[in-house]
Order: sequence, then structure tokens, then C-alpha cells
Amino acid sequence: MKRIAWLLVAVLAVLAGLVWMFNFWGAPRIRDAAPTTPPSREQVARGAYLARAGNCMLCHTERGGAAYAGGRPIETPFGTVYAGNLTPDAETGIGSWSAAHFRRALHEGRSRDGRLLYPVFPYTHTTHVTGADADALFDYLRSLPPVHKPNRQHRLRWPYNTQAALAVWRALYFRPGQYMQDPSRTPEWNRGAYLVQGLGHCGACHTARNALGGVREAMDLLGGLIPMQNWYAPSLAAPSEAAVADWPLDDVVQLLATGTSPRGTVLGPMAEVVLHSTQYLEPRDLRAMAVFLRSLPPVPGDTDPREIPRASAVVFDRGAKLYEQHCADCHGKQGQGVRGAYPPLAGNRAITLPVTQNLVQVVLHGGFPPATRGHPRPFGMPPFATVLSDAEVAAVISYIRGAWGNRAAPVTELTVAQQRSSRRE
Amino acid sequence: MRGLLSFFFILLLLSGSIATAAPAAFQDTMAQRTLACTSCHGKEGRAGPDGYYPRIAGKPAGYLYNQLLHFREGRRHYGLMANLLETLSDEYLYDIALHFAQLDLPYPAPQLATAPPEVLQRGRELVARGDPERRVPACASCHGKALTGVTPNVPGLLGLPRDYLLAQLGAWRTGQRRALAPDCMAEIARRLAPDDLSAVTAFLAAEPLPAHAKPVAPAPPPPVPRRRGQKAQPPAAPEPPPMRCGAALPPVAGAVR
Repeated sequence: MKRIAWLLVAVLAVLAGLVWMFNFWGAPRIRDAAPTTPPSREQVARGAYLARAGNCMLCHTERGGAAYAGGRPIETPFGTVYAGNLTPDAETGIGSWSAAHFRRALHEGRSRDGRLLYPVFPYTHTTHVTGADADALFDYLRSLPPVHKPNRQHRLRWPYNTQAALAVWRALYFRPGQYMQDPSRTPEWNRGAYLVQGLGHCGACHTARNALGGVREAMDLLGGLIPMQNWYAPSLAAPSEAAVADWPLDDVVQLLATGTSPRGTVLGPMAEVVLHSTQYLEPRDLRAMAVFLRSLPPVPGDTDPREIPRASAVVFDRGAKLYEQHCADCHGKQGQGVRGAYPPLAGNRAITLPVTQNLVQVVLHGGFPPATRGHPRPFGMPPFATVLSDAEVAAVISYIRGAWGNRAAPVTELTVAQQRSSRRE
Repeated sequence: MRGLLSFFFILLLLSGSIATAAPAAFQDTMAQRTLACTSCHGKEGRAGPDGYYPRIAGKPAGYLYNQLLHFREGRRHYGLMANLLETLSDEYLYDIALHFAQLDLPYPAPQLATAPPEVLQRGRELVARGDPERRVPACASCHGKALTGVTPNVPGLLGLPRDYLLAQLGAWRTGQRRALAPDCMAEIARRLAPDDLSAVTAFLAAEPLPAHAKPVAPAPPPPVPRRRGQKAQPPAAPEPPPMRCGAALPPVAGAVR
């Protein structure tokens, strides 16, 4: 009995040692002081551009607050994490950081004092950012006006609020890495891969997470439910979801630059990404990203069309009536849409996705595609949360998923009810 | 003759409403773009299952623009609004504000006054003269003599139901509704006595709109005596300095948010 206990202690000690090793092995202490000379104008401009590419501002700015001063709450299944102050305030921001501290934060997910950072900050992706780009970002951030705003304490449940739990998570799901060029590909493809997998951190949403918030392969881009938001980021490799392998390159570029294209329109969290980030990227960078995305090997969807259940005739008819009453004026009697204004619903992958969260979102809450420089005055979809009951929402969605040649499973009233009640305002 | 004219006018109105009831063909207009707004607010404001959606047609553009910014940036709170505005640029929000400001639609009749006459009288007094003791300025001093608003940033106060007016004053007192600093309305709402909240909203909701219900242009500043040697006129009455109110300016073309 005693031997078993000792064995257990020994195993635990070895595991703890491994966790420690994965997190701290070979990491030298950084003793650099904060730079005293102002950054060059070129570095600041380059860093500003890279910050757009990484969409850093969106999370690091509170609603209505000073840019980059942090404070925005980010809900996770483990509690709320508050984004940090990135302005160069010496006391509350990163004014006392050195370039080496900043590089380490991006590459290893550790704060100035060595504390492990929560992976809400996508260092699983920024670990691939080059040292030179990290330095440019740092120079841009320290060119901002300092804002004195203390960081808010995260509100996480035990044990997720401990550094030990974070160390275990990192041992399981994070390895510091660096971007490796693929010599068999063109420089353009490599640039695209670098942007998508690094700063762009597309996989933070477009990859499924397990119960611990970890991902098996951070770069698979096979689609995932965005935690706490009730939005599904579709697979960028599945032709039945959001793969762009068969799109003309220019359409992919146009989607990222303006939020709309002949083949599709962005809504929800992706609309925010286009609004705050990709619309500002240079055309050649967008082309590079499109080249990379178009090269993703296709992954077949896993639903067999023969097994798709159909909505009952009662629900279908009810949905058809509601469609006629509320939707047909804009989306057309045959679900054909209006070019440049309202997306078609017939033959639209966004309608027939196996995951229906996005549809429920859009019908309940409406929305606008992003108002971008290339598409400044988009047409809006009204919210129906106060107009339609859960059963009505389910019926109309079931109808559009089964009409005009669309063949997708119906949506239940329960699904709508669950999503409506889980909405956080 | 006048009866006949008004008969034709009503006929014209009716035919207009019949025309809009038919399925609307797609038009590349702001009205088409903003169906997401009018589906709740209606043409002239509308009561919804979860509260009152106030009229937006004909309110001053600067006021509407600021409210859109407040909702997007968390100074006013309504989930559906914030969600709709999340992906819109400042420039587009200003376009939307201009569109609704330019609409000229008739106002519904005011609500029947149910409050006792002395309460309504107190309301009338607050609107016209304020409450000097509590340092509450008269509503009319900022919202226009006719209470129909002042361009570009001050909304009219008539044609709104009492529940809505009360909810807004309450939200200002608790900090639920905010404007950019200096937040004059929050200050005024906090200075008002609880009974006066009730009195002023009872009066405003029951007050009919004047024939000309549009917001007026701001009064020009008093002329400054220019010539030296000439004695300046003594001020007529020692009025308290007007309150300062914060507001965002229209977006500059080409600026990046």
C-alpha cells in the first residue's frame, strides 16, 4: 500500500517536473530596461499596419474607451478575462517593458514579470510572428499616447484562475514555435500562410476547441463554434462550408477587403474582423492570404445527403407563410436575393451549414455587413427577436433550409429557445 | 372649400399608405438600407413587446448621430441596437442620421392628460422656467421655445409617450444612459425632484405639437459691443450661464476609426 502511495507521489512529481519544464526550461531572465529613444517613423507605420493585421485593437479597447487601453471583457467557458492595457503608461500599461519582454509575450505568452498569460491572448498564433515584426508592433504601441488605466482582475473560476492550471494547459496545448517557410511553395503562399496562421490568428475561431479550450492542431482551420458567442466559424477547407478553393482569387480578396463579394457576404464576428482588420491590408497581402486559403486541401463534409431528415409538412408550410410575410420582399420569392444588397438563400452554403447557430443569430438579431471603404453603405437585416416566437423562427429557418433545392436538416424550437436564452447582453 | 381640400388631402394620404402596403420593390435608397431600423421604430415610433421604440424621423441629425455612437460604444444600452451598429462606420452612422433627420412625417395626437391639473401646472412651470432653487434650467432654454428641438444636437420633447420620457430621465439619473462629457442631461435629471420627474413628463406627453414641428436653428449669440468708449448695455437679468453639453462632431471624410 505504502509503495503505491510512493509511486503515485513519484509520478505526480515527474508530471509536475514535466509541466515546469515545458513552461520554463531554458527561458533566460530578461533584464532589459524600457527603451528611452523614440521609435523611428517607419517602424511606427509598419507596426500600425501589423497591428491592423492582428486586429489587436478590437480586444484591447473597451467599448467607448481609449484605444489600446484594455479593459474589454472577453467571456470564456472558464470565466471572464479582461484585455490588458497596451499603451505605454509606465505604471498600468507596457511603458516599463523592453522589446525583449514584448517579444517574449508574443512568442511565449508570458508577461513582463514572467507570469503565464491566458491563451485568450492568441499567443498560440503570435508565436509565429517574426522578431522584426514583433519589434515593429512594440514600437508602434510605445508611440501611442499613454493612458493610465489599471488592468482589471480576471474573473475566472477555480482552478482556472491559478498559474498551475495554466502551466498544465500550456504543457498540453502550447509549444513556442516560429514560422517556417515552406520552400516548396511560392513566396506569396508563404506570406499568406504567415499572415493567416500568425498575426491574423484566423484559427483562433476557425478551429474547434475541446472542453479545456485547447486545440489539437491550431492551424487546421476546420471550423469551430466560437466559445460563448453562439457563432460558428465555418471550416475554411470544407467545400460544403466556407472553403474558397473554387472561388476566383479576386472574389476572396474582395470579401476580405470589403466584406462582400459575388460569392458571399460576411456577418457577425467575421464582419468585425473585416471592419477593423482586413479592409486595411494591402492588396498584395490580401492576395497572399487568398492564395494560401485557396490551397487548403479540401475536407469533405461528414453528412450523407441520404440521411438528412426533412421538416414535417406542418412546419414547412408554416415556415413558407412566415417567409412570404417577413422575408420574401428582400430575399425574393425563390430565395434569389438581390445582387449587391441581399444574399440569395437558395444554394447558399451559409443556409445549409450543418451547424445552425449563425442562422438563428441572424434571424433573431439581424445585422449589417461591415461598412467598409470598399462597401461603405451596406443593406441591413432587421432583428426578429421581438417579432417571431421560437417556434416561428425554427419554422422559417427549417423552410429556407429545405426550399428551392436546399437540402439541410430542420431546426427545432428547442435549439432556438436555448440560443435565445443564452444570449448575453 | 376648405372641407373639400382637406378631404382630398386625406384621400391623398390614404392612397399613399395603400401604395406602401403593397410589397415594396427593391430600391437602391437609404430607406431600403435602413429597413433594419424602421422594422422596430416604425415611421413615427412604435410600442414593442419589450418597450417603446421612439420616433426617429425628423429628429436633429447631430442628435441621432450621437445616439447611434452612444449605443455602439456602450453609453446607452439596448442589445439589439448595439448588435446592429457593431459593424458600421462613423461615416455610415452619420448618413443614417441624416436620412432620418430629413424625413418629414406627421406626428400622432398627444396622449390624453391623466395627471391632476396642479401636476400639469407644475410641469408647465418646469418646462418654461425651470427650478432656480434646484438649479434646474427650463427645458425650453435648450430644447427650443416650442420644445421641438434645436439643430444640430438637441432633440424635441413632444410627441413621445410618458413612459418613454420617464424611462429616459430615470436612466440618466442612474447612469444607465450617458452622453459624452460634460453630460448636461444627467446632471439635470439628478437635480430634479422625484415628483418633478413625474410632473414634467406628464406635461410633455400631453402637450400637442405646434404646426411647425421641426427643430429650429440655434439662437445667434448676443451681439458684442464693438466700439470703444461706448458703454455696454447692462445685462437685462442675471441669467445663469447655459449648461455645457458634450457631443461628437460629424465624422470627417477619410478619417479612420
